[in-house]
Amino acid sequence: MSVANGKVSQLAAELSRRLATDKRYKILEAVMRRYDYRSHGLIEVLHAAQDSFGYLDEPTLYHIAAKLHLPLSKVLGVATFYNYFTLKPQGKHTCVVCLGTACYIKGGDRIVEAVQQRYHVKPGATTPDGELSLLIVRCVGSCSAAPVALFDGVLGTHLDADTALQRVAAMLREGLPEQSNGKTPVQEVER
Amino acid sequence: MARTLTINGQMVSARDEDTILRAAQDAGIHIPVLCHLDGLSDVGACRFCLVEVAGSNRLLPACTTRIQEGMVVQTDTEQLRNYRRHLIELLFAERNHVCAVCVANGNCEMQSLAIQLGMTHSRYDYMFPSLGVDLSHERFGLDHNRCIMCTRCVRACDEIEGAHTLDVFGRGAKARIVTDLGMPWGESPTCTSCGKCVMACPTGALFKQGSTVAEMTRDRSKLNFLKTAREERKWIV
Repeated sequence: MSVANGKVSQLAAELSRRLATDKRYKILEAVMRRYDYRSHGLIEVLHAAQDSFGYLDEPTLYHIAAKLHLPLSKVLGVATFYNYFTLKPQGKHTCVVCLGTACYIKGGDRIVEAVQQRYHVKPGATTPDGELSLLIVRCVGSCSAAPVALFDGVLGTHLDADTALQRVAAMLREGLPEQSNGKTPVQEVER
Repeated sequence: MARTLTINGQMVSARDEDTILRAAQDAGIHIPVLCHLDGLSDVGACRFCLVEVAGSNRLLPACTTRIQEGMVVQTDTEQLRNYRRHLIELLFAERNHVCAVCVANGNCEMQSLAIQLGMTHSRYDYMFPSLGVDLSHERFGLDHNRCIMCTRCVRACDEIEGAHTLDVFGRGAKARIVTDLGMPWGESPTCTSCGKCVMACPTGALFKQGSTVAEMTRDRSKLNFLKTAREERKWIV
């Protein structure tokens, strides 16, 4: 963007620093090139960025908007419309609890409450030590196994508060998950 | 090509590409609207223009439904009046709409619509969300408390001015109008300060700085004037 503006030049400076040092932007570049930098590739490009960085921050959104020739507000609008994308860094581990209709009826809310109380973390937030993020989604498509949750992307079925807490504890003990990029099989689920 | 349809028992002639709303307006039949504004594209967001169409088991938005030959439309039935009353009451309950202290008092489309629909109070509990006011722009202000998310400002900015400074952040009850990457309006790198969003706003959400209660008037027809001038090279004053 060639508009002279304090905020934009700050973003541009931060971005050029990152482009020179952070190899993940090269992966992002390859994805954008695959879509020929066309605007209809926006959601795929946001996916790629979310997978590489674990979250989408301002310099990255600015970079994507500039490369695809899209309005800044539109890129931010799309990134905040889909629950899959997050603007804040996630914890090392994620516990994604389903509160879709089936899971809710089967007690998904009790799992959320148990994790919330044990680890002092609100839904959508990360513990202060950056170890655990607690997220809520609406339906992961496994209603017959309700209530379900995803522990670092691995599905746990027929859970209750106790088994869910055991899974979270086991996940935190294991250290870094195999998929450390924050990617989960949950795609664009509704808030 | 001309088509003939029936609206409220009246035979109406309209162009093939017309919407039900356009055909009704041309025939002098009033359909209440909030998110529609002449000169902007239609999105069917506010649902006030829902009408009954014979043969359809659901209500259709007049602003985005094309006419068909022989269509039979009802725009003002008991059912529709009832739904519209609920809609306007929900709008009032959703954010902090206090006409007595609003810059747009007396010049507000939402207020006029409430009066027109005979609303005296809201049957729904007010949500009283805690929302901010962006006064960082040197000439204009954005009060989220009075915004109804009709997206007229977003469309005016994108379609008429072309800057696309404004868009919608988030979704559902948490949705907000946002400038660029969420920076204060006054720091926007793309805003041209043209004021088209302010012209488009149906309520007091967008206003000129310095206006006090009931002082905020605006000429919403300017947007259609601009669109006709730019696209058809016709200056209709």
